[in-house]
This record gives sequence, C-alpha cells and structure tokens, in this order.
Amino acid sequence: MRKTYELEELDCANCAAKMEAAVNKMPEITKCTITFMTSRMAITVPDNTDLDALLPKIQKEISKVEPDTRIVVK
Amino acid sequence: MKNLTKKQKSLLTRILVSAALFAAAVVLEHAVKAAWSEWAAAGFFIAAWALCGYDVVVKAVTNIGHGQIFDEHFLMTLATVGAFCLMDFAEGAGVMLFFQVGELFQNIAVDRSRKSVAALMDLRPDVAWVIKDGEALECDPEDVVVGDLLRVLPGERIPVDGVVVSGCSSVDTSKITGESVPADLGPGGKVLSGCINITGELTIRAESAYAESTVARILELMDSANEGKSTMESLMTRFARYYTPCVVIGAVLLALVPPLFDGMTFTKWIVRALNFLVVSCPCAMVISVPLSFFSGMGAVSKAGMIAKGGIALENLAKANTVVLDKTGTLTTGRFAVAQVQSNIMDKKELLALVAGAESKSNHPIARAIVDAVGKEGWQVTDLQELPGKGIAATVNGRKVLAGNSRLMEEQGFSYPESLTGTVVYAAVDGEYAGCILLEDQVKPGAAQALQRLSALGVRESVMLTGDREAAAKPAAQKLGITKWFSGLLPQDKVRKVEQLMEGGRRVIFVGDGVNDAPVLAKATVGVAMGGVGSDAAVEAADLVLLKDDLKSLPTAVRIARKTVGIAQSNIIFALAIKLLVLGLSVFGFVTMWLSIFADVGVAVLAILNATRCMYYKKEN
Repeated sequence: MRKTYELEELDCANCAAKMEAAVNKMPEITKCTITFMTSRMAITVPDNTDLDALLPKIQKEISKVEPDTRIVVK
Repeated sequence: MKNLTKKQKSLLTRILVSAALFAAAVVLEHAVKAAWSEWAAAGFFIAAWALCGYDVVVKAVTNIGHGQIFDEHFLMTLATVGAFCLMDFAEGAGVMLFFQVGELFQNIAVDRSRKSVAALMDLRPDVAWVIKDGEALECDPEDVVVGDLLRVLPGERIPVDGVVVSGCSSVDTSKITGESVPADLGPGGKVLSGCINITGELTIRAESAYAESTVARILELMDSANEGKSTMESLMTRFARYYTPCVVIGAVLLALVPPLFDGMTFTKWIVRALNFLVVSCPCAMVISVPLSFFSGMGAVSKAGMIAKGGIALENLAKANTVVLDKTGTLTTGRFAVAQVQSNIMDKKELLALVAGAESKSNHPIARAIVDAVGKEGWQVTDLQELPGKGIAATVNGRKVLAGNSRLMEEQGFSYPESLTGTVVYAAVDGEYAGCILLEDQVKPGAAQALQRLSALGVRESVMLTGDREAAAKPAAQKLGITKWFSGLLPQDKVRKVEQLMEGGRRVIFVGDGVNDAPVLAKATVGVAMGGVGSDAAVEAADLVLLKDDLKSLPTAVRIARKTVGIAQSNIIFALAIKLLVLGLSVFGFVTMWLSIFADVGVAVLAILNATRCMYYKKEN
C-alpha cells in the first residue's frame, strides 16, 4: 500500500534527506521517499498496516530531525 | 516583500534589527573612544547574535537531545560561541547574521520555485455546474456522474471530459494537450477536462467521472512524478552524510594536534578550526541538485510534457540514440495518394474512375483514393468485390478493374513491377491503364524533430514497425532515416532495443501507446506520445508528450541537458570553494568572514543558478 502525505515547514534539503533515512530505518516501513521540492512524503507499507498508529511514530522520527515539520493528514 | 510567509517575515525583521545592532556595535567599537565603549560594543554584538540566532541555538540544543550531533545549527552555534570565547565578538555576531540571511534567502528561493512550478501544475477544476431541471447547481467535480449536463462559463475550467451539447466557444487546451492555439468548439465537439473555456458559455454532457478524466490522470501523474530522484541527488545525499562528520573531525584534529608541535598555541589553531565548522554544512550542494531538477521539470511541463522525476531528465540528457515506432509516432497511420501514373489517359481521370469504383468501400485505401478526388456523384453499376484482390465496377459507363498485382496477373495485364509501397493497379475498358501509389502520411514536424535531435547529438535514429517493408521503406526515406526494421512483433521491438542497449547505446524509445509499454519500460528513456490516453504506456514511460508533436522531444532533451549541466556545475563550484576554504584555513589564510561567504554565498549562487533551469528557449 502506498500513501502520500504533505509535510509542512520542510525548510531544509539536508533535513529532508535525514528524515527519509530515519523513516526508512523504521521496521514498519517498506519504503519511504521524501521529496524536498514538493514537500511530500510517499510511504509504502504492508497492506494491513494501521496507519493511524503508524503516523505518530513517523512524526516522531521527523520531529527528531526538524521539530517544526508536521505531517498533514488530509 | 508581500509574498513572504509569516515565518520569513519574522526572520527578516529579526535580521534587520540585528543588523542595526551590529552596525551600532561597529560604530561604538571604532568611533567612540571611551573606556566603556569596547565592552558596550561587545554587549551589542552579543545582543545582535542572540536576536537573530536564538532559534538556531534552541534547535542545536534540542537536536543534541535527539542524537543529532552533526547538525548545522549545533555547528553554527559552536563556531560563533567559539569566536566569542576568543573575544572576536564582531566575527561571532556577523557569522550568525550572515548564516540567517542565507537561510532566509534559501527559504524564499525554494518557496518561489515551488510556487511557480505549482502554478504550472494548477489544473484542477474547482467547481462544476450541474444542470438539473433547467437550473445550474454548484457541485464538486468529483460528484459529477457520467451523462450529467454541465454548464461551463467563460473563464472556468472544464471539470470532466465531455461532449459539447450546445454553445460555441474557444477553449484553451495549452496545459492539457500542449497545443498553444485555442481550439474552437461547437456542438458535438469533444472537450477535455482541465482546459479553460475562454469566450462563450458551453453546455456539455459528461462522458467520464472526474477520477477517470484527463485532468485527474495528469495530476496523478505529476504527483508521483517527483519521486524518481536523480542519481546525482542520491549521490549528493550520501556525500552529505559523510561530509559533515569528516569536516568536524578535521576541525577537532586541527584544534588539538598541531599545537602540540607548535608550542601549545591553542588559540591560533582553534581559530582555524572554527572556520572548518562554518563551512561544514553541505546545504548548498544538497539543495541545489533537487532544485535544479525540480525547475527543469517545471520547464518540461511548461513545454507540454511530463517528466517522471530527475532520473528521467538525467537519462534523457545522456541519450545518444532515438528509436521510434512508425505508425502513430512518425506517421499518422492514414494513407494518402502520393502519385498517379498512367500512359494512356489523364491522371485525374484515372483517379476519378478508380475512386468511383472504390466509393462504396470502407477500406482505408479506398477511402484515401476517394478523399483524393474530393467530390462524389459517380454512376456506379455492376459493382463486384473481389476479396483479397480488388474491385470491379462500371463507372460512368466505363469498365474499371482496380486492385493489387494478383488481380492484374490473374486478368493477364502487364504492369510495372518496380514500384514499392502500397499500389493500386487499374485497368479500364479491358486495357491496363495505370496505377495509384499510396503512402502512409508522415507527421508534420517529424523530420524536423529528428534533425534537431541529431544536432543535439542524438545521432542515430532507428525506426521500428510491425508494417511490411513496402510500407516502412518510403516512410523512412521521406524522414531521412537510414536504419529501420519492419515486420516486427511487439516482442521483437523489445529485443531490438535491448540489442542497441547491450551495444552501449542509451536509447530513447518513442511510441504512441497501445502495445508499446514493454519497450517503453525497457528503453533508457521511454517516451509516450499523444497525451494520457493509454494507461499502460503512460505508466511505463519516463516522459509523456501531451502534445501529439514529436518536436517536443528535442526541446525536452535540451532542457534535460541544461538541467544536468547546471546541477553538475553547482556541485563542482560549491565543492571547489569549500575545499579551497578548508585548505586555506589550515594555513590560516582564511577569516571567518570568508568562510561564511563560502557557505552562504555559495548556497545563494547555487540556488540562483538552479532556478535558471526553469527557463528554456522556444523553438518552432
């Protein structure tokens, strides 16, 4: 299952790369791509993943790199 | 100024106030001769530093808590505090000030570029007016059902694909099909969603739901397009991961080791080491690469194409061979009369007679001959179809026999055998009368596109087709293509492309869809031509030409080359300056002022350079 989210206040390209690396290290994530220029995060996860539980964990990893950046759930 | 976000505005204010404090401090330090002035100046410098840099310090501290030691904020804090400890107050404050100016500038530049590309991609229709009981009701395009009647006012976007029921108008299709001339539409005309109605009110009948409409598919495509990161970008990210720790370790060694051999002069070496910290952020390089590619993709969409990520542009820039499918790409797939030969009667008369005989047939060749005459009104009697051979009829009182060479042989007529291509032979009143040569129509602009590609260094053009050699050869010759393969099945096309790639060529494959998907996926760069019609082709392609015009392709190659060139020059420039500064600071030739220029100035220049990718020269 593939999902994309917008990231707010993603201000630095190097941070985006660090976030991508950090999220990719999470065992729940199959693949994560963070595109700095479009401020978007695309994640691929197994089909039965509980996204509501996973997103706060991803947010935590992202906040470690850049406290201001937030995942926007539409 | 008015386009800045709240965050940018507050940073700008802080920078300005802090710069004023800094100026006051400089005046105090140099112009006021009093015992207290030096200390007051130091206070002002520290105030300036704290005002513009407090968020950097806060981030540095919190990020250490998160285990991010080599964070740019931390390094900047360390460098400036280090300068304060060495009593270089002006330097500490100035470096922080410049760092923030650079951050602000970067932020604004990225925002601008995001916005201008977003504007290019802003195709989404906001509203649909559904007519119910004679009244137009506002509704979300996603709620439109196939068969609904919709009203589209001038200035509005067409919400879903449909057919005009009433009204006449010009429609701007440029963002959907890449065609810059507005299309004039009347009842019965097809409209694509995302186009803008310009002049008159239209009533259309919805032919697809929003999710299946052209605009939704283009948007979806653009949305996922950015994920294909260029190898250059991945390389840069990996480099950045090592660059910062290495520079920091270098700084520590520089501060600790040389003093042991230099009479314990720690201060001197610490000053030099602090310079290292200032240039330790790889931001200029990391940001300029994706920014270049992003801008390049913006330029590509401006030209009526969608590139799937930086990787597509990167491969396009390297390509040296173009392989094209014939029908639909190089030719229209429609036959037209190219030549009429006759020794015994007027050519027009022969053509008219054959057209009369063929006038009841729906075969594409028959249609082409009838179209070439352009008028009707024959008296056709005794019509007899001869399956697999041709047709016999009496037209305006004359006996006409028209068909292929088998028919001529069977009837015992001698005919010229030297012709290649699609030929219809004809006998009139029992005598061989002549023949009509038909050719698949070459697309306008195809030959020019190939020339331009060749001028760009995509030297070899290869044509692949499932058609017979007789149809392939004239088309290739007309286009100036010297290498072609005919009679290919779809899997043969894949093999041909594979063979070329095994020979070290980087292949652009251009196809128009239907069964080209495997080849599109296999080629270095797959180019799907003619819009988002075929799902499989669009999915497999790296570049989609929205306009049915091969001339877009050389434009894409030019943009790709320029983009890659700019990205490369940015990396080299930034890296060279940083290494130079690192090298010189070891020997003490560099002040912190120069280091901060190497960091911020280089980032700014690289960003400005990257935004050049957005512009390209038009060619017609």
